[in-house]
Amino acid sequence: MQDALTVHRLHFAFTITYHYIFPQLTMGLALLIVILKTVGLRTGDDHYNRAARFWARIFGINFAVGVVTGIPMEFQFGTNWASFSRAAGGVIGQTLAMEGVFSFFLESTFLGLLLFGEKRLGPRGHWFAAFMVFLGSWLSGYLIIATDAWMQYPVGYTLGPDGEIMLSSFWGLVLNPWAVRQYLHNMNGAVVTACFVMASIGAFYLLSGRHEPYGRTFVRLGVRVGVVATILQLFPFGDAQGRMVARHQPATLAAMEAIFTTREGAPLVIIGQPDVQRRQIDNPIVIPGMLSLLTYRRWTAEVKGLDSFPEADWPDNIPLLYYGYHIMVGLGTIFIAVMITAAWKLWRGRLFASRLMLWTLMLSLPFPYIANTAGWITAEVGRQPWLIYGLLRTSKGVSPQVSAGNAWFTLIGFMGMYTVLGILFLFLAGREIQHGPGHETVRTVPAPGGTP
Amino acid sequence: METIWFCLVAVMIAMYVVLDGFDIGAGIIHLLVAKSDSERRLVLRSIGPVWDGNEVWLLAAGGTLYFAFPALYASGFSGFYLPLMMVLWLLILRGISIEFRSHIEVPVWMQFWDAVFSLSSLLLAVFYGAALGNVVRGVPLDEKGYFFEALWTDFRLGPNTGILDWYTVLVGIAAFFALTLHGATWVAMKTEGPVAERSRAIGRRVRWAVAGLTLIITIVTFRVQPQVPANLTGHPWGFVFPALALAGLLAAWRFVGRDDVKAFLSSCAYLLGMLTSVVFGVYPYVLPASTNPAYSLTVHNAKAADYGLKVGLVWWVIGMTLATGYFVFAYRYSAGKVSLSVEEEGY
Repeated sequence: MQDALTVHRLHFAFTITYHYIFPQLTMGLALLIVILKTVGLRTGDDHYNRAARFWARIFGINFAVGVVTGIPMEFQFGTNWASFSRAAGGVIGQTLAMEGVFSFFLESTFLGLLLFGEKRLGPRGHWFAAFMVFLGSWLSGYLIIATDAWMQYPVGYTLGPDGEIMLSSFWGLVLNPWAVRQYLHNMNGAVVTACFVMASIGAFYLLSGRHEPYGRTFVRLGVRVGVVATILQLFPFGDAQGRMVARHQPATLAAMEAIFTTREGAPLVIIGQPDVQRRQIDNPIVIPGMLSLLTYRRWTAEVKGLDSFPEADWPDNIPLLYYGYHIMVGLGTIFIAVMITAAWKLWRGRLFASRLMLWTLMLSLPFPYIANTAGWITAEVGRQPWLIYGLLRTSKGVSPQVSAGNAWFTLIGFMGMYTVLGILFLFLAGREIQHGPGHETVRTVPAPGGTP
Repeated sequence: METIWFCLVAVMIAMYVVLDGFDIGAGIIHLLVAKSDSERRLVLRSIGPVWDGNEVWLLAAGGTLYFAFPALYASGFSGFYLPLMMVLWLLILRGISIEFRSHIEVPVWMQFWDAVFSLSSLLLAVFYGAALGNVVRGVPLDEKGYFFEALWTDFRLGPNTGILDWYTVLVGIAAFFALTLHGATWVAMKTEGPVAERSRAIGRRVRWAVAGLTLIITIVTFRVQPQVPANLTGHPWGFVFPALALAGLLAAWRFVGRDDVKAFLSSCAYLLGMLTSVVFGVYPYVLPASTNPAYSLTVHNAKAADYGLKVGLVWWVIGMTLATGYFVFAYRYSAGKVSLSVEEEGY
């Protein structure tokens, strides 16, 4: 870990993984808050407005941490990945700049109104503020996904005489087919997180016998939206994303599934540990032919194994990629089972009496975070050894003049800073949850939402 | 085309400095003008509805710089690696201190975050000034267009400069006083009672430092970066920018402590004038090389391809029109003096 490249990769990996804990809740919760506000507006029942206000407070704390950990991401393209920025900034800078211009101004203005303007705006105005925050965060999500999608599947560019990458089609960049699929998969993943968080807090209230009317609302909304979102996440969204990878990054697919040799009727590995040296899976449990079926819709279709690709083009961390992918899919499958069971009990009117189900929902809170993170590890480790797939190697994208020592210095700084942030976040969010929805803090102070 | 984008990015950065400048300035004087908890809430409330929106200008300007001048973004950000990371840490600390301060009404908790808010604001002002100084002075670019500066070397100008040398420290101190004045005029304008009185007193005192340092850095800059006097004499219409700064400074001198609104607007004009003077002075350089003038980054060799710049202009105009709309709305929504009534939640 002395070479600068490794440290720069670790730097980005650490800061982005930590950052994405927060926006995934922000984006999913924004949708659920709009639903609560809509129900409140249509029924005129203030219960839903108070519920929305409670979640807006959690949202505010979460958003603030998301913002302050997000600013370093934009900076790091220049600071740590200067060669990449010089080569591709004219393309991906478009979507990143659009995020600043279109979504950040929108979010920062309306979040303040959502958190502190309810009395002055009236019910309709306040609903509108919630909707605009939702719109801003989902727009922001799209522009970031479009940026990543271009690195996964570069389109709409031409190469200049000195090898510089120049944008040639704006709409090609913005409407990249990879971006559309990845966006649906990712945003729905954020909704899954928010549903589990909401259901989990609701179950906590029901199990502890506090704020029970709110507890029931939270569990009901979390499970109803959650059952739809968890199923959609597997099919069609996850499936569409997987087939994009199969078509355009076949080496990545082979590594995700740890298929070392090309074969017809490739099996789907459920569990097993890949041994890259011996080119085998230890202790495998597989479903024969399933991978061929999922990828090409035929039991006997040929799936390319890693042996079809030069080793220099293999993702450089196959075990991590394999585990990221399997943890994501495994957890996603469990989520469907949990949500369908909960939805069934809810429909039969037995959910609130089932302590086992409520305990399950309550304890499920960390797992969608793990699944979303594992999914992103799959996407980003899967893209290796490329920074821009097929165009620029990761090793060629790093800043030429920033030494490993300086990168370690700032990485350690971020680790320390983010530890403090994490403790503060848990402390403040825990306090809000402890106080619960009925509790109205008289906020005599500003602090509308934090930076964009 | 690249000149248009050069101007647009410059305008966005200038907007950032003028807007976030007053809330950074408010942070600098926070502990001095507000003694009790309720007074500190007043200061925070004066920037509460707008500070985060102000900071968006930094992100939007950064993004715009990235796509319009990718080579500059790459070279500048990796070369200023250490100070930029420190700016990030300061922005994080400052953001959470405003955000988290009032979640827990325990004096020790609030006093701690008040101090963090003030200290991070102060350091940000100095860092921004020093950064500007570096861009004007030039950096040791190599033939590939990259450089890396240590935080400091021997504090002298020359081929082996650090981020901090006597010139950039001087600009940093000037920026500190300029933003202190800016923040003081803002707080005086937005508050009443002892907080406003103390802000006016600070404004009256720092105007001496601002005027003196402006004079010194102007003289020094003409020697440090010969492009500045060359541009001014070559294109005399450019004197409107320093003239704006001078008019702002004189007006601020006159109005500070007398007419709060005019004092604040004068301070805005002063900052705008100073920044546009710098931008005009270094053009077409965006990052001059202190090693070999041929290695300098200019608007021409740092720009992105023309097609991207053209389509960018379309969405930029649409997006910034919308953003200006939100901004006018947010400032009108929070217009007038702030008070501590609990009628209105939040602000």
